[in-house]
Amino acid sequence: MSTPRQLAARRQLLRRLGLITPSMLVLAVFLVAPLAIMLLVSFLQPGDYGGVKWGQYSAEAYINFLYERDLDDSLVFNTDYLGIFQRSLGLAVMTTLGCLLIGFPTALYLALQSEKKRNLLLFLVTVPFWTNLLVRVYAWILLLRNGGLIDSGLGLIGLGDGALGILYSDAAVMIGLLYTFLPFMVLPIYTSLEKLDWRLVEAAFDLGANRFQALKRIILPLALPGMLAGTTLVFIPALGNYIIPELLGGGKALMIGNLVQLQFGSAHNWPLGSALAFALFSLVLLALLFNGLRQRRSTEVRI
Amino acid sequence: MNLQGPLWRFTGVRPAAWVFFAFLYVPILVLVALSFNSGQSATLWQGFSLKWYSVVANDAEILRAAKNSLIVATLATLISTCLATLAALGMHGPRFRGQGAIQGVLGLPLLVPDIVCAVAILMFFAFIGLKLSLLTILIAHIVFCTPFAYLPIRARLQGMDPRLLEAAADLYASPWRAFWRISFPLLLPGILSGAMLAFIISMDDFVITYFVAGAGSTTLPIYIFSSIRMGISPKINAISTIMLLISIAFVALSYYIGQRKR
Repeated sequence: MSTPRQLAARRQLLRRLGLITPSMLVLAVFLVAPLAIMLLVSFLQPGDYGGVKWGQYSAEAYINFLYERDLDDSLVFNTDYLGIFQRSLGLAVMTTLGCLLIGFPTALYLALQSEKKRNLLLFLVTVPFWTNLLVRVYAWILLLRNGGLIDSGLGLIGLGDGALGILYSDAAVMIGLLYTFLPFMVLPIYTSLEKLDWRLVEAAFDLGANRFQALKRIILPLALPGMLAGTTLVFIPALGNYIIPELLGGGKALMIGNLVQLQFGSAHNWPLGSALAFALFSLVLLALLFNGLRQRRSTEVRI
Repeated sequence: MNLQGPLWRFTGVRPAAWVFFAFLYVPILVLVALSFNSGQSATLWQGFSLKWYSVVANDAEILRAAKNSLIVATLATLISTCLATLAALGMHGPRFRGQGAIQGVLGLPLLVPDIVCAVAILMFFAFIGLKLSLLTILIAHIVFCTPFAYLPIRARLQGMDPRLLEAAADLYASPWRAFWRISFPLLLPGILSGAMLAFIISMDDFVITYFVAGAGSTTLPIYIFSSIRMGISPKINAISTIMLLISIAFVALSYYIGQRKR
């Protein structure tokens, strides 16, 4: 027998589930199902003009990752795709390190300002979040291209010769990634520094620590959660980025995102595209898992 | 606490911050300045003029793209904010079994890289035979706007005093009446900032839109992308500046709402 209280609780739960259902339906049909289909497609044979051949399962897409089929059907080791994964990982790691290097001092500077100035500066950090990524990347094309502003500026002081050659290279992609994701690093680090009890630092000074020691022994460890959060926020979107390598890399400095797009465009190989997309998603999940474990461990240590 | 004084000046911190802000803003300022260039060149300054703005304002293709963007962003914002508000209300309260999984699905669009999301949704539309059009763009936008709208509303709900709703129930208010008289007015700032976030995210999205847009359903970011690929031009400078100004107006508005809340 249910007591009236239990009945009321059940009615309450049903009402809450009713409120959640519409969004769950939309996300299940238009995101979870497509992702599941993508996983399935990665094990199918490609159709002749795009699409797939249903019912013909194979691991060909994943084999294509590492090997190429020769004319006589023998497998030849091929590092093309692996090389692009490696470049993407390398660029994402470099971007993350660069963001940490510039982001941490910037966040520390913000945290040490008076409240009024701090609010203004924080506002300035958040503006790029709201502005279109294409527009910001385009601004860099204006600066970096041959005969562009940096090039002609260098020419004026007698250093450039009108052929800067940065645009459409790994360096340009790197600048673009760094530029795009820096605010994602500054804000979480600032958030953890803002909560920091500065009396601890003062105590360290009183006990004869110099600034470097205070920074290393107190501020850096306490800013670590913010740095980890920032690392995730920078690394994941940098790894899967499509726009920046496309526009600043000029189709030469490919990253995983461009490779995925190619399979759905000119290459007409949906299974390979799905396999590549799934590999990218797995890398992202791994990064999240790693971060989650690190965070759990660091809270355990504090308790 | 007073953090001034020579002891608090960490060497290199101030220059790093200056480098950061210069890095962030110099490209944007250069772009804005060059949009007022009178010449044909996108990078060579030849004098002040508003010529390129009138070119943009009279370009039928740009206006059509802007109209498409506005239609999609408005509808996606309305629908995703409604979905997110309902979900946030449902998620509020004592934990139930399976709530973690629901939370995970709600946050999923934030985890999936946009290129992965794009190709998955594209294949889904192809397999169910839905022709690519503004409708497919709208569906995709609702999917990735929902978590952005959800987060501020959920945060606002968590800060709400539960005793207010208990008091309403004690006074025999129906849940419907309690929602409109108590929860909704208190949630409104959260709903507004969620909606603004969704609107901007939708207006700015390129990658997912690019994949699920049919012929003739060009949005503003798609237009900009294809123009950049054809080569830089002062016209792109002008339209980029307009988009920048719209975004900055939005930040200022959200900042204002945030200030009033306090």
